[in-house]
This record gives sequence, C-alpha cells and structure tokens, in this order.
Amino acid sequence: MAREDLEQLQLERLQSTLYRVGTHVPFYKKKFDQLKFNYDDIRTLDDLRRLPFTEKQDLRDNYPYGLFAVPLRDVVRVHSSSGTSGQATVVGYTRNDIKTWSSLVARVITAAGVTKNDVIQIAFGYGLFTGGFGLHYGAELIGTSVIPISAGNTKRQIQIMQDFKTTALVCTPSYALVIADTMMEMGINPNGLSLRYGLFGGEPWSEAMRQEINQKLGIIATDNYGLSEVMGPGVAGECLQCNGLHINEDHFLLEILDPATLEPVPEGEVGELVITTLTKEAFPMIRYRTRDLTRFITDPCPCGRTLKRMERVMGRTDDMLIIKGVNVFPIQIEKVLFEVEGTEPHYQIIVERENHADKITVLVEVMESIFFDEMKKQRMVIDRIKSRLATEVGVNVDVKLVEEKTLERSEGKAKRVIDRRKL
Amino acid sequence: MLKIRNLDAGYGKLRVLKNISLHVKGGEIVTMIGANGAGKTTLLHTVIGLIKPMRGEISFLGQSCTRTTVGRIVASGCALVPEGRQVFAPMSVEENLLLGGYVLQKEQGRAAVLAELEHQYELFPILRERRRQLAGTLSGGEQQMLAMGRALMSKPKLVMMDEPSTGLAPLIVRDIFQIILRLREEGNTVLLIEQNAKAALGIADRGYVLEVGKIIVQGPAADLLANSDVQRAYLGREKID
Repeated sequence: MAREDLEQLQLERLQSTLYRVGTHVPFYKKKFDQLKFNYDDIRTLDDLRRLPFTEKQDLRDNYPYGLFAVPLRDVVRVHSSSGTSGQATVVGYTRNDIKTWSSLVARVITAAGVTKNDVIQIAFGYGLFTGGFGLHYGAELIGTSVIPISAGNTKRQIQIMQDFKTTALVCTPSYALVIADTMMEMGINPNGLSLRYGLFGGEPWSEAMRQEINQKLGIIATDNYGLSEVMGPGVAGECLQCNGLHINEDHFLLEILDPATLEPVPEGEVGELVITTLTKEAFPMIRYRTRDLTRFITDPCPCGRTLKRMERVMGRTDDMLIIKGVNVFPIQIEKVLFEVEGTEPHYQIIVERENHADKITVLVEVMESIFFDEMKKQRMVIDRIKSRLATEVGVNVDVKLVEEKTLERSEGKAKRVIDRRKL
Repeated sequence: MLKIRNLDAGYGKLRVLKNISLHVKGGEIVTMIGANGAGKTTLLHTVIGLIKPMRGEISFLGQSCTRTTVGRIVASGCALVPEGRQVFAPMSVEENLLLGGYVLQKEQGRAAVLAELEHQYELFPILRERRRQLAGTLSGGEQQMLAMGRALMSKPKLVMMDEPSTGLAPLIVRDIFQIILRLREEGNTVLLIEQNAKAALGIADRGYVLEVGKIIVQGPAADLLANSDVQRAYLGREKID
C-alpha cells in the first residue's frame, strides 16, 4: 500500500476511533472535555499529539471494566495483563476484535516463515495472558497445525517436539534457551528435530541472544511484539530478514517520544513507544504509554513489505538503571555477557544502593570447566567482562561468577533485574 | 480513486457534514449508510460539485476537484445516479440513455455511444423491451434501472448511487443489488449510499456509518454487520438478553 493511501486509512480510522471513545468511554470524554477537544480538530495524523496520554495507572484506576467502549454483552473475551510490573489490568474483545487480532497475528506468523504446512508448538501461557491465545488464533487462521501446549514442563515440551515433529516454536526467548539446555542434558541433538522457526516475544532480548538461540536450536528466531493493553501479540513482528519488526500500521499508530519531554524524538532515535489503536472496538486506547524503548527504522526492508519497522524493544523505561548518570539497560549488559567466552546465557543483575550511589552486581553462570578451574582463569573471565562493560556500557560493575544452574530458570518472562534499592 | 479529507459542507450557514474523511479504491463497492438527514446526499452532491465544500479536500483520480464544476467532474469519469431516479419522464427510454452518453459522444463519437447503449441493454434486458416507451410510464424498479443505465452510458470510472432501493419492492431491490454486484465484476467502482443498511453491507466491501454529519464507525462491511452499534441503530436488531 502506498504511504499516502495508508495515511488516509489511518486518518479515517483515527477520526472514528476518537469519536467512539469520546462518546462511549467516560474517562476519555472527561479528558477531552477538560482539553476542550473537538473531534473536528483532528485533521492530520500529527494532530494526535494534542491528545492526552493513557497511562498504566489509568487502567488500574478504572479496574475492571471502566475503559470498555462497548457494553459487556458485546464482549466475547476478557484477558488480563500479565502483570510484569505491578497490579493486573483488564482488557476486553468483541467478536470483531478477535477476528482482527487473529488476522494481525497471522500476518506476524507468516512473516516469520510459518505456513499452513508447519506444526507450531505454542509454549506461551494460555489463560488470562494474551500470548497463548493470540498466537493460537493467528496460527489457526493460517491453517498451521497448532499444539496448544502452554508454558512449562520443559521435558514434556521436548518430548512432544520430538514426537509431534514440531517445526515452529513459540515462547519467550529466555525459555527457548532453557529448552535448548534441557535438550542438551537429555542428550537430544536439536539437529535431529524438525524444528525450523522460533517466534519469540514477551521480553527484551539482544542480538547476541538470538545468535545463541539460532545456533543451539538450529532455527531462525524472529521477534514479535505486542502488549495486552493494546491487543496482545500482533502489533509488530520480524520477517525472515531479522532486521526489525514490521508494524501493523493500518491498525496501530505508533509514536516514539522522549520519555522526559514527551515530545517526538528525532527520526530514528530511541525513545518510549506510545500506541494508539485504530480498529479496536471493545478496548480502544489513545496514546498508551508502553514504557518500552525502541526506535523506528524507516529505510525499506529487502523483504518488500512497506510497513515501517521498529527495532526490537531494548528495555523498559522502568528497567533503565541510572548508574553515575549513565543510562544502562539490562540488554546492553546481556550483549556483553553473550560475547565473552566461557559464560552461559543465564544472568542476573542486582542493583543496590550504597552511600547514595547505585551499584550493580552481575551474576553470571559459567561453564563447569571454568568454575572448577584455577582462580587465574576465573579472574580472567571476570576482568574481561568488566573491561568490556566499561567500554561498551560505560560503567563499572561488579561481576560474580556462579556455578551452572544456580540462577532461577523462567518458563515465561525471565526476571533479569533484582532491585534492592529502597527508593 | 476517490479520496475525501476533513470535508465540511452544507447549505448557507448550516454545516451538514463535519470533518468527513473517506476513500474509495478502484474496483470496490463502498457503502455509506445512515438515517434520514445524516448528510448522505449532501456528501454525494459535494463530490459531484453541486455543493461547494466549506473546508477540506476532495480528490478524484489524484486530481483535486474541490473547486471544479459539475461538468468537469462528470467528464473526468464520475457519474451520479440520483435519489428518486429523476428520469426524464416525457422522453423515451432510449432517449434517456442517449442523453447519458453525452460525454462519451463528445470524446469518442457516435459509434462508441451505440456500443455502450447495446451494453446497457445487455445489462438491463427490460430496458431493451421498453426502449420506445416513455420513461414516465415505467415502474419504479424499471425507472431505477434506467437511471443506472443512463449514468453508466458515460462509461464512468466511479458510479455513485443515491439510495437506489428507496420505494422499491424487496424483490426488485434484490435485482438492483445483483446488478450492482455485476457492475463490480465488470470492473466498475461503486459508492453506494443507502438506508437499507443490511442489503448494502451485504454486497459492499467496506462501509462508513454516517450519523448527524459525522462518520461514527467505518471498516470492512462484514465487520460492520457484526458491530453492535450498527446493529442497534441501523439493522433494527436490538439484542435484549
């Protein structure tokens, strides 16, 4: 679709969405009234900037059904946010919403290489979390054979992967590594499996981690993005070029803003992602602040898709650590850890406050051979990590090596940062 | 093909249409549904140039037509089938059709007009039977077909129809809508204004719902049929559980 035609469609959808939320959702009606905002004022997509933001707290304040734009009798599904940080929130879907959701996820799955000839194992949690059902409906729409295994029970996941000849795996990237490690323990060679594609999402992960997963499982791993507040998975997804996520721009308007000034960042720079839904019926969102940090990639993708791309989410504004004035994201640390030889892809970052200064300690698992080896070798690994972190991230951190399998394994979203600061 | 952005239009000081944005792509049937007085006819009259817009942009085939005349707009390939047929009663069926071929004759000559006339007779066999009859003596359904045939005589790129089902028996309405579907198969593009929401959404690709001059919801026709707001307001199907 030509950019001009897409913008016409976006504007039409934005105008009718605003009309509906302004008349059906008391929360927005009040906000619009306060701003003396008139629907006729939205004449270009840029006019969106005059509208108020919606924060996670607004969803909590209106718990459970306060932000629904349709009566409950028109809602056919209710989901709840996974509560990655803080109290849960509730979202709803009409029959049309479910249809739209399925087709958008189908796009993402197709872009990731999966066709109706594939067997897809969905190891995202089913239930209130949007991940499982979202991917499930999208995969069914394409005609892929779906194994709705849900999260957990790693050995059974592997057994089924073997027996059912799974070709595509859906889970969080950290769980993909848990599966890979467990396979190794069980003495199963991933190359003997039918697995070809991995569709991962739900948490930030680095390029280094992708390489690790690709190598260990012998697949092409792609990232996909979504959050329950605006729909669930299906907002954006990578194609097989693996160079950023194509955004479903005909259904979502994305802005990238400076989290401090809330003004747009210069083209291509990193900022907070803010999303407005264009077609949601039951739970429309106007300028929802995702707290996720990313940037737009505007140059065309060799795959031919004309949808604009965004970089894989590098972290959340809440995860950002400010160490002696330097902004540090866990994912930057992860990148370094993956590059240093001898370490395992499992780590934890502990943040403490000592004498009014933040201090980071990185716990990283190392291979048995190193752990039981002479101190000198351990010392070398620590020094290498420290110096790499100092040059790449620009901060001094403490590094502690721990034995293999001592850090907690996650079946869903991994908990990478442990904040012991009492702020 | 047709693109409308932020259109305001009305009569004198009365603003009927408020910030309307809408588009029609080639080969589509797009319907606009709404109750009496919602502004549907005003919209068509603004597109064809009978009413000057107060604000906003209309472009047809990439050319702005916000400030052009009716004649130019029709000549550029946009035809209107007016509400209530508006056939020329004292003229014969064939004369009515030939009048519709005025633009075509000027551009491509008599032969093209006669070929197109033949095409209309194929599309509407009843008109061939009645070709010598005065248009005023036709039944409502036949007059509607004549009005459609007359608009199609100019070989338009976009046909806009203003409530073709008004005042017709349900069986005839079905025939008319079948013909609209056939028009799309032949590659035509249709903007269909209707009060009969169910029938219109049944054949359209996409739809817009107009309420007191504003578009309150738009989307694929199948989605609108399932949309509860549309059901309550236009399909007479208030669901009481």
